Amino acid sequence: MRRSRPPLLLIVLAVLGVAVFAVPLVGLLARTPWRDLPSLLSSDIVVDALKLSAVSSLSATAIAAVIGVPLAWLLARVEFPGRRLVRGIVLLPLVLPPVVGGAALLFALGRRGLVGEPLYEATGLVLPFSVWGVILAVTFVAMPFLVITVEGALRNLDARYEGAAATLGATRWTVLRRVTLPMIMPSIGAGLVLTWARALGEFGATITFAGNLQGRTQTLPLAVFVALESNRDAAIALSLVMVAISLAVLVVLRERWWKTW
Amino acid sequence: MVVASCGGSPSEVRVSAAASLDEAFSEIKVAFEATHPGVDILLNFGGSSALREQILEGAPVDVFASANMSIMDSVVAAGETVGEPRVFASNLLEIAVPPGNPGGVTSLIDFARPDLLVGLCAEAVPCGDFGRKALDKAGVVPSIDSDEPDVRALLNKIELGELDAGIVYATDVESAGGKVEGIEIPASDNVIATYPIAVLVSAPNPQGAGEFVEFVMSDAGQEILARYGFAAP
Repeated sequence: MRRSRPPLLLIVLAVLGVAVFAVPLVGLLARTPWRDLPSLLSSDIVVDALKLSAVSSLSATAIAAVIGVPLAWLLARVEFPGRRLVRGIVLLPLVLPPVVGGAALLFALGRRGLVGEPLYEATGLVLPFSVWGVILAVTFVAMPFLVITVEGALRNLDARYEGAAATLGATRWTVLRRVTLPMIMPSIGAGLVLTWARALGEFGATITFAGNLQGRTQTLPLAVFVALESNRDAAIALSLVMVAISLAVLVVLRERWWKTW
Repeated sequence: MVVASCGGSPSEVRVSAAASLDEAFSEIKVAFEATHPGVDILLNFGGSSALREQILEGAPVDVFASANMSIMDSVVAAGETVGEPRVFASNLLEIAVPPGNPGGVTSLIDFARPDLLVGLCAEAVPCGDFGRKALDKAGVVPSIDSDEPDVRALLNKIELGELDAGIVYATDVESAGGKVEGIEIPASDNVIATYPIAVLVSAPNPQGAGEFVEFVMSDAGQEILARYGFAAP
């Protein structure tokens, strides 16, 4: 069969779409002080922010793997009253402005918060202004990406495989472990990558809930924000690091995990 | 026929003002619009340094009101202001603590206590710069827990009781009503913040911009500023 040429209008609109994303990137590259880059990237503010962002985004991803996958399974496979509402609450951070999420976290888990105050009085633990606060804030914002991806995969899974395993005498736990999980592994991988990428870029909830202190709660996005006003070259260098890491991960991992998409 | 005005039409004046001017400028806007029918003041509040970056990157702004001189100076140096900026108000620093002062803060010396959660504005923001100068004058090496992006963010965390203390402007304590308590900083350690205002070269509405600046400098504008705790320039 001879393929016809793609419609010109679609191509023009699609190129416009690419420009929306590519032009700001070019703007960033055009302003990059390439010669000073090595010294900028080895400055304290950059190194501290890199370490903290690595720790917080990977922790959030790990937490999401441990509790997010069971949560997705619950939403996809267990009928219970109020399931739609629970799903709505879980996915709310996808659309909520992160600053609102950060403020809500502060009201609930701050030192004077609903849960935070008894927690503080019982244990002396203060979440805001600590690395734990950063991890909590980025998990809150990022985990829904895993839940929505995995839940979708579970819903699209052909139930006959699980049914067949059950007929052959496998317990529900064995079916989950030996049939369901291996089949949705690509989606779990994709969801974890999305979660990690969102966690790396999180700004609003973090600065609202965990504050901003170099070496303790100042992640890469916060460092960029602060440096933009005082040291623009450092801000651009930091931005470049974020772009490079994120782009590398999104491009490379898509090949490995998103084939099924 | 109703013609919607948007995108820098002559009837709009875009004012970028330091976060600490929020309440006072909101009232000045109302008073100005009452005496200048058909003119719309659009207020954009933020940390002075963030506002400067917007201006230097070409944001369409008519008037810039900064919370310190050095940030305005860099806008002047970039050739972005019309004439010399005029100082329209001044402000002092105060320590703000949550109601009841749970941390038992009495002076700047308490900012060195590691058991307290204390915050400042980020160093690039005027209130952060002034706060550090005051601590320096008092010979205190602070144990800071957060560098907040602007004075309102800092005040908010103090109001909530999440921070035990922070250094803000006297006017912020005033405008917060009873939501925070203020502790005065002695004159020997205090820093006077002067607020300059200027019309910008790239102002889409230079005439309206000039009228707004005149209004801020006028008795009517100064009276409103005084009511919010600002001292005369």
